[in-house]
Amino acid sequence: MSRTHVSCNINGEDVEFLTADASSLLDALRNELGLIGAKEGCGTGDCGSCSVLLDGRLVCSCLVMAPEAEGRDVVTIEGLAEGDHLHPLQKTFLEGAALQCGICTPGFLLAAKALLDANPNPTETEIRYGLAGNLCRCTGYDKIVKAVQEASVELRGA
Amino acid sequence: MKYASPTTVDEARSLLADNPGSRVFAGATDLVPQMRSGRPEPSVLVDLKRIDRLMAVNHHDGRWVIGAATPTSTLTHNPEFVAMFPGIAEGAGLIGSDQIQNRSSLGGNLCNGSPAADSVPAMIASGARVVVASADGERTVPVADIVTGPGQTSLAAGEFLIEFEIDDAPAGTSDAYLRVTPRTEMDIAVVGAAARLTLDGDTITDACVVLGAVAPTTVRVPAAEAALVGSVLSDEVLETVAASASAAANPIDDKRGTVQYRTQVAGVLAKRAVALAAQRAGNGG
Repeated sequence: MSRTHVSCNINGEDVEFLTADASSLLDALRNELGLIGAKEGCGTGDCGSCSVLLDGRLVCSCLVMAPEAEGRDVVTIEGLAEGDHLHPLQKTFLEGAALQCGICTPGFLLAAKALLDANPNPTETEIRYGLAGNLCRCTGYDKIVKAVQEASVELRGA
Repeated sequence: MKYASPTTVDEARSLLADNPGSRVFAGATDLVPQMRSGRPEPSVLVDLKRIDRLMAVNHHDGRWVIGAATPTSTLTHNPEFVAMFPGIAEGAGLIGSDQIQNRSSLGGNLCNGSPAADSVPAMIASGARVVVASADGERTVPVADIVTGPGQTSLAAGEFLIEFEIDDAPAGTSDAYLRVTPRTEMDIAVVGAAARLTLDGDTITDACVVLGAVAPTTVRVPAAEAALVGSVLSDEVLETVAASASAAANPIDDKRGTVQYRTQVAGVLAKRAVALAAQRAGNGG
């Protein structure tokens, strides 16, 4: 089995790891680096539970080959809070109970962050389209959409 | 399986020549699900995204040159491109979620060979060409000549796409792409239709109509184009477009649509795409 040495930046820290060439970035994050926030739902890019930011762009880490991370910046859910200070999205998700089982939540939070970074004041429709790549089988989405709207208000006011 | 990330076209060409069973990829949004579904792993996965030419978007000398591995979101967020080719942008903007569009590419969407590929009909309608890296050089071919059947292309072993070339839309020209899916997002076209029209005043002077997902490859509809050119858009002309598109459709029955449904919807969508392209072209193209 071919293996590759990868140097990249994850959540602001320079990181090196050894990965099987055939491994996904998701598997490398979870199995080599212990970052288990990103989840595997479908493994085919449909559910968004494995969403991370790769050089600032929202991607499904299950569809990224681990060696592709060489020299790139990766942000996972573990990098969203600043120390003990939760990101406004994390706060509004908690306060609004915008989660039940939690499997999809890390992906939703990063997708919502990417959405608000690009469009700080989205309409409800824009939020629903922006989060179309993330599936939740528990909440029915309304609480998630409300949490994103509330975080948007807070972020714009800050 | 080995991973390789060449930084030049020549390096990629050599890797493919030296490693039978190797395969190029850009966003891997089709490749990974295919590998997971049990297709044999390539010997070497050749990542094309470190080759500058395949990731560049340039507009000069009356022509767009778009790297074949460029993420489609780069194009759909380029206001100048979207204004000139709203139909191509519509198609590219329908490929999966934001997560997918940050990885999916025009080259991958084309070479995957799906009859339902959303970015392909409008590219063909705009006369897009593609530069292919072949064993001993480069050749430029129309996008329409790449896909030969579901999952099949005219590319020889070791060939790959470098970049797309699309000439600037002439004055009074615009395009549109519409598709029908059961869901509004994250779905595969049951029928797709692209149209590109050039208007001189109210008279249509050039037209191209291309259908997706209703045959083993995309289908041009010459009868619709003939009815449009020289005409002023009217209900009568649009009915001819619809009838021609339905006649050109040669779809399959599957879980997403029946032959009868797809045939009828091909006509309706072609008509609507033509009307939308005409409206856009009339507003200055």
